[in-house]
Amino acid sequence: MSNFVPLNDVQAAQHNDSLLRFMTCGSVDDGKSTLIGRLLFDTKTILADTLTQIEKTSRKRGMEAVDLSLLTDGLQAEREQGITIDVAYRYFSTGTRKYIIADAPGHEQYTRNMVTAASTANLAIILIDARKGVLTQTRRHSFLAHLVGIPHIVVAVNKMDLVNYDQAAYDKICADYLAFATEIGLQRAGHDIQFIPMSALNGDMIVDRGDAMDWYQGPTMLDMLEVAPTAHSERDEPFRFPVQFVCRPHASDDPELHDFRGFMGRVESGDVSVGDAVTVLPAGHSSKVKAILLGEQSLSTASTEQSITLLLEDEIDTSRGDMIVKSDQTLEPVKQIEAMVCWLSETPLSAARTYIIRHTTRESKAKVGTISYKVDVNTLEQLPAQGLAMNDIARISFRLAQPLMVDAYSVNRATGAFIVIDESTNNTVGAGMII
Amino acid sequence: MTTQTKQPLSHLDWLEAEAIHILREVAGQCSNPVLLFSGGKDSLCILRLAEKAFRPGRFPFPLLHIDTGHNYQEVIDFRDQRAAELGERLIVRSVEDSMKRGTVVLKSPDEPRNKHQSVTLLESIEEFGFDCCIGGARRDEEKARAKERIMSFRDEFGQWDPKNQRPELWNLYNARSHKGENIRAFPISNWTEMDVWQYIERENLQLPSIYFAHQRDVVMRGGAIVPINVPLASGEVINQPKAGEEVINMQVRFRTVGDITCTAPVISDADNVEKIVLETATTTITERGATRLDDQTSDASMEQRKKEGYF
Repeated sequence: MSNFVPLNDVQAAQHNDSLLRFMTCGSVDDGKSTLIGRLLFDTKTILADTLTQIEKTSRKRGMEAVDLSLLTDGLQAEREQGITIDVAYRYFSTGTRKYIIADAPGHEQYTRNMVTAASTANLAIILIDARKGVLTQTRRHSFLAHLVGIPHIVVAVNKMDLVNYDQAAYDKICADYLAFATEIGLQRAGHDIQFIPMSALNGDMIVDRGDAMDWYQGPTMLDMLEVAPTAHSERDEPFRFPVQFVCRPHASDDPELHDFRGFMGRVESGDVSVGDAVTVLPAGHSSKVKAILLGEQSLSTASTEQSITLLLEDEIDTSRGDMIVKSDQTLEPVKQIEAMVCWLSETPLSAARTYIIRHTTRESKAKVGTISYKVDVNTLEQLPAQGLAMNDIARISFRLAQPLMVDAYSVNRATGAFIVIDESTNNTVGAGMII
Repeated sequence: MTTQTKQPLSHLDWLEAEAIHILREVAGQCSNPVLLFSGGKDSLCILRLAEKAFRPGRFPFPLLHIDTGHNYQEVIDFRDQRAAELGERLIVRSVEDSMKRGTVVLKSPDEPRNKHQSVTLLESIEEFGFDCCIGGARRDEEKARAKERIMSFRDEFGQWDPKNQRPELWNLYNARSHKGENIRAFPISNWTEMDVWQYIERENLQLPSIYFAHQRDVVMRGGAIVPINVPLASGEVINQPKAGEEVINMQVRFRTVGDITCTAPVISDADNVEKIVLETATTTITERGATRLDDQTSDASMEQRKKEGYF
C-alpha cells in the first residue's frame, strides 16, 4: 500500500477544496489503465470489495500480482473484445481536491472519443512508453489536446522499470517531445508542458516517489495534479451568460412575484455584479442587473460556472437562446462561422444537407459553406477534402439561419464551441471549434 | 474586469452548479419531462437541486415513483410528505399493477421486483408521453454507469445501446428525441456517494429514518445482512426467515434504499448525517457491494438491465 494518507473528508468539506477535470491519452499498451488504477489504488479510492473482485479476476487470468488495469474494465462488449470503445469517467479525491478523470481509448479510430474526453478537461496526461519513445500516436494525442484547447499537458514517460530507470533514456524522450511540440506550435500557443518519468506498474512517481529514480527531482504525478490550475482560474474572460430558461411564476399567490422575471443560466465566463450595465443579444437591448439569485440566496457578484438567476431593472423581451453580456464587452452576432470540426458520425458529412448547430443554449439551421482542408492527425499535414468521414478533422465554414453570439474557441471554450446535430436522427454528428 | 486570481468554486459548489445547469437544459429542451423520485438520498438531492434551479417558479415537471410494492413504509411516507411540502405533483405507478395487467410475470412469488420496474417505467412513459426522465444515477456506482451519458438516449423500446451512444461534448447536451423515444437525464452523474452525503449535510436535507442507525431484526444470508419480517402498507409481512436461520437484533442503517427484497443494510452506529459522512470516508466496501443483492448475479447485470430500459 502507498504512504498516502487521505485528508479526513469531513475536514476537507470545510476547506474550499477545488475540482480538476483531466484526461489520460494512451493505449492499454502504454499502461494507461494501470496508471489510472494506480492513482485510484494509491489514493485509497479503491475499496476492499472491488479489490477482492479484481484479485479474483487477476488469478483467473493467470496473473501473479493484482492487475490494476482491471479497475477500469468496462462494458461486457469491451471485455469480450478486449478493447475500450467509449470514454469512461472515474472519480477520486485527495481531500484537498476532487478529480474527474476522462479515460479515453487511444487508438486512431477513436479520435472522436478523445475529442469528447478533451472537451471538458483542463489537463491531459500523455503517456509514452519509455522503450518506444515519441510515436505517431503521441503526435496525434498532442495535436488533439492542442486542438481542443487543453492548457496543461503532462508528458508521462511510463515503464521506466523496463529501461532500468535510465535517466538518459528519459532525457532523450523529453528532448524529442519538445522538438515536436515546438514544431506543431504547442509551446507557442502557451501550453504548459511538464515531464515526468514513472512506472505505473510499480507505483514509482505516481503517488509515492519510490526509490528507483532519485535523479528525478520534480514533483510526482499526484503533486502535479494537486497544483494544476482548474478551468477558468487563469485568465480574465468577458461575461457571457446564455439564457437557459425564463422563470415567470404566474400562478403564484404571492403578489410580490407577479412581476418576477428571472433569467436562469450558467455564467459561462467572466463575472457579473448587481448594478452592472448589461445587454441582451442578439436584440441588443440594455438594462442593469437588479439582483442575482442562487436558490434562496442573494449574491452581489456571480462568476464563472455558477448557475444563477438574473433579474434586470427593465422589462426586456428575453428568452432561451439569448445571451446576456456586459454592455462594455458586447459582441456582434454572426450568421457565418469558420471552425475546426471533428466529425463524429459513421454517416459522412454531406455538403448538400442542412444541419442543426447547437451553440450555448441556442440552435440554428446551418449549411456547409467551404471545406478548406482536412488534417491528417498523424502527420498533421493539411489535405484537400471534399467530404468528411468519421474521425476526420477539417476546417469548415457554415452559413447560419439564425445569428449566433460567438467568441473564438482559443479565447473562450464555452462560447467558441458548438455541436452539429443531424435532424433526421437527432444524433450529435460533429464537434466544432470556432476560429 | 478583476485582475486578481479567481477563486475556483469548491467541488460541491461546482457539482451543484453543473446539476442545476443540466436540470435547466432538460426544462429548456424537452417538452414533457418527469423527475423520478423514490424518496432515496440521491433523488432527495435532486429535489433540492430542482428547488435551486426553478424557484420561485414551480418545477417544470411532475415527480414519478415506480413503486415495487416492496418499499419500506418509512420511505413511502417520507416520499409523500416531501412531495406535499414542495407542493409538486407526485405520480405513483406500481409494479403490482403491471403484474395485474400481465405485463410483469414473476418467475416465483418471491423474485425481487427491482428489474421489473423497467416495464412499469416504460408503461408510464407511454401513458403520459414523457420525453425525458430525470434520474439520480451516478457514474461512480457501477461500471456500466461509468460510461453513461448525462443525457442518455433510449429508443422506442427503452433500450440503451452502450456501443452507439450520442457523443457528449463540453456542456452542450443534446436532449432531442422523436416521438416515442426517450432521454434519461442524470444531473448528478459526476457525484460520488461522498459528495451526496456532504451535500445532504451542507444543505441540511431531511432523510427517511432508515438511513440512520436503528435496531432491526435480521438474518445472515450468503454473507449479507437480510432484514426480516418487514411489514408492508398492505399489512403483509415480507422477508420471512427461512428454516434454521437465526434471527439477530442488530444496529444497522441503509446506505441505499430500494426494494426490500434486494437491499441490505450495513452494521452502523451512525445516527446523524455528520457520523454518516465520517463513516463514508472510512468504509472499505462500495455502496453497491455492501447493499445490492441484485447487482452481483453476474458481472454485467446492471449493463443488462439498462439495455432493457432500466434507468
